[in-house]
Amino acid sequence: MDSQHFFIILTDDSANTDIIMGEIITTGNKGKTIRSDCFITLELKAGGGHEILLESKVEVMFGNANRKLAGEVLNFFGIKHASLKIEDSGALPLVLAARIEAAIKKLVPSDKEYLLDLIPENQYVTAKDRNRFSRLYLPGNTPSLMINAGIHRPDGIILDLEDAVAPDKKDEARYLVRNSLRGIDFYGAERMVRINQGERGLDDLDWIIPHNVNLILLPKCENADQVIAVNKKIEVIRKKTKQKNPVWIMPIIESALGVINAFTIASSAENVVSIAIGLEDYTADLGTQRTKEGKESFFARSMMVNAARAAGIQPIDSVFSDVGDMEGLKQNVLMSKAMGFDGMGCIHPRQIQLIHENFAPSAGEIEKAKKIVAAYHKATEQGLGVVSLGTKMIDPPVVKRALNTINLAVKMGILTENWRENYEQV
Amino acid sequence: MSKYDKPVTNAAGRIVPTVINGKPAVPYMGVGKFKPTGRKAAPPISTCADYPDDGNKVVESLKDALIRSGLKDGMTISTHHHFRNGDLVANQIFDIASELGVKNLMWFPSASFPCHEPLIKYLEDGTIHHIEGSMNGALGRFTSNGKMKGLGVLRSHGGRYQAVQDGDVHIDIAVIAAPTSDPFGNSNGVNGPAACGLLGFALADSQYADKVIVVTDNLVSFPCIPWQINGNLVDYVVVMDKIGIPEKIISGTTEVTKSPDRLLLAEWTAQFCDEAGILRDGFSFQAGAGGTALSIGIYFADILRKRGWKARFARGGSNKYLVQMLEEGLTEYILDGQTFDLEGVRSMRENPNHVNTSPFTSYNYHGKGNFASLVDVTILGATEVDVNFNANVVTHSDGYLLHGIGGWQNCLFSKCTILPIPLFRDRIPVILDNVTTLCGPGELIDVIVTERGIAINPRRKDLLEKMKNSALPIKTIEQLKAEAEKICGVPEKPKFSDEIVAVVKWVDGTVLDSVRRVIV
Repeated sequence: MDSQHFFIILTDDSANTDIIMGEIITTGNKGKTIRSDCFITLELKAGGGHEILLESKVEVMFGNANRKLAGEVLNFFGIKHASLKIEDSGALPLVLAARIEAAIKKLVPSDKEYLLDLIPENQYVTAKDRNRFSRLYLPGNTPSLMINAGIHRPDGIILDLEDAVAPDKKDEARYLVRNSLRGIDFYGAERMVRINQGERGLDDLDWIIPHNVNLILLPKCENADQVIAVNKKIEVIRKKTKQKNPVWIMPIIESALGVINAFTIASSAENVVSIAIGLEDYTADLGTQRTKEGKESFFARSMMVNAARAAGIQPIDSVFSDVGDMEGLKQNVLMSKAMGFDGMGCIHPRQIQLIHENFAPSAGEIEKAKKIVAAYHKATEQGLGVVSLGTKMIDPPVVKRALNTINLAVKMGILTENWRENYEQV
Repeated sequence: MSKYDKPVTNAAGRIVPTVINGKPAVPYMGVGKFKPTGRKAAPPISTCADYPDDGNKVVESLKDALIRSGLKDGMTISTHHHFRNGDLVANQIFDIASELGVKNLMWFPSASFPCHEPLIKYLEDGTIHHIEGSMNGALGRFTSNGKMKGLGVLRSHGGRYQAVQDGDVHIDIAVIAAPTSDPFGNSNGVNGPAACGLLGFALADSQYADKVIVVTDNLVSFPCIPWQINGNLVDYVVVMDKIGIPEKIISGTTEVTKSPDRLLLAEWTAQFCDEAGILRDGFSFQAGAGGTALSIGIYFADILRKRGWKARFARGGSNKYLVQMLEEGLTEYILDGQTFDLEGVRSMRENPNHVNTSPFTSYNYHGKGNFASLVDVTILGATEVDVNFNANVVTHSDGYLLHGIGGWQNCLFSKCTILPIPLFRDRIPVILDNVTTLCGPGELIDVIVTERGIAINPRRKDLLEKMKNSALPIKTIEQLKAEAEKICGVPEKPKFSDEIVAVVKWVDGTVLDSVRRVIV
């Protein structure tokens, strides 16, 4: 009988779970262009102990460490007899462990999780109104792009479980994203995950909520109920795992219906911190093409800004997908800023700096804001109810905007905190 | 004859042989410590009476030229590497030698490339005894496995010139592939189908070899202008259909990187030079051939353009990016040691400010100075660095020979040497306690730029002071090492046998380190 087609279900005494014998399972990636990853081939056996075959680019340096880790993961799940082949292209331990666990879970249903440490560097919370100029998309099943993402200093990183992962890789991506949330230092970036749509998306939450994720991106959001459903699930997990840190939500609006419902989505829950627009799907939904000048999406973008502002949250613009066109990106950012957006997505690290530079307050804006803020402080010190500059009265919202500009400039290091000490009122 | 004998511990604490392939060798004594005496080597005196009055030195074939040059057992045969991986000449020499039954040759290339892998069969059958030059790729693996009959000797470009000039290496026959030549042997690299720019790496060979053969696929009438190789030094000229593959003359490492991580290294390196006051109007720089090093030029250019500054000179490896700087007026001169692409070749042909240099002018340590120490900043690569800033460029962390030294050692003498390198490559940490093979002493390496921080050599108090308030992430090298190990784990060391398979020479011809056989 062909062993590959011979399945038996038996109860393993030690793990006390049903395991599947005779089926060969693979996870991970291999090939010439694959780096920092590994490809796992796993088959459970009836006897013979662990047979671990490692082919590694880093055999000399980490071969023994890899074999040891592989054995530990097998033992953790109570697997006594298995043939495990690892084709390693320099995977970090958290990647190797994720790949092996994902393979095991296809054969051995288990609620146990093999968790590496949640590194201290990742135990931060993010503020509701923090800067969100840039958020860098990272495909959730591609470790090589995750490891160094933080060094490019985006405001946020998005571990994407949705469109950037092939359908047959979506299960294993959950383990990698979970381990990355725990073990990869993103250097203070807001750690976001884009979950899948619908039921799968709700299931995704089990892999991410317990691991101090800062923000969940909810794709193809069309109504408030979707946000509420996600929040309900989040609460259940938070309670179960005793999580205290806040988890923010950023719904992504990608359809005509979503645009029309933008305000109800934006105001659907306390933890919704911003709404983002996804223009590729939106223009497809409209039955039109996305253009660089963006006339077709003007209404939707403007609606985003208005809905977000009305709800007191941040409007975030779509990604600019031509990585090679830096001038086009710059124009796009300037347009976004002029429309009232607070940030946009990026699909390549080289976009980050340009986005920051152009969303940041310009020199002219800062100079103007300095004048207004200085006048405001002077008026406050003198106990005046009205702020005036020369003969002109300054309205409170203008003062508020100027204060925001100054705060932002200070936060970005464009302006020193004590700028007023050397500032002479003109 | 044993491969080596009488190992001692040198000034760098490395065990090195003092007899190599039967000849005495001086162990490394420290930077600038070895002072040789005596006179330079010289080729035999020739007479015009032995050469045709009409200046026509063309012979029938390479085989004919080699026989006329007296090819015999035990000789040293030299070639240059200006064609990089597109070289069609070197392998033919040994095909002929094998056909003639000649044994125990020493191949003395200025560098080897993957295209020379077919020579392994001649190393196995004894046609070639050993290689002194560089042992890359498959040749490196062959050497590291202890299969070469003699001991491999690795030298820098400057060290190669020094070795020939000082008589450490005597070239019996030099075979110089030349993109254009006249029948007298005057030749250059700027014209012809295999144009490669210049022929500087063949200069020592032409000056010091007993016999000099020029091989070309573009014979022009006398005079061949410019003559980078002087026909008065040439014995025979051979004409072939094709001496090089133009598309492979452009090396794979001469394109600017697209990797965002590498670009970040380049950007930080340029910013470092700017903040440290190294980058200024009239400064000079040299960038190596790697993708990261190349893109630093682009960041330099941005800063120069913004400030209205220009560099006085840029040292090449020239390529289209450096040529753009020259043509835009961002550098006054390119002093070029090798041309990496066709734009570099064109510029050298057309622009008198794009100057060809040689290992003699640029790198030779046994001269009355050389250009390397005049350069304000040099940007180089490395496979490993250790906590004392020592660096390795020839072996991989698994112990195998991987690269040649190139001009790397020579460039360390610039006023500031910066190595931008990723902190780890596919889980392989770059910073170790001790480099596997010592190629550059830490006292000459000033700054390590990684994507997770920049380490300044504690000897450079001036740079530490200047960067005190920098926004760049200045860290100690120990911090960087710890950071890599936190991410990757602490690597195990490769296992070596005691047997030495190759040595690394320092720029002055002393023996800096030994490469040992890898235990598989």
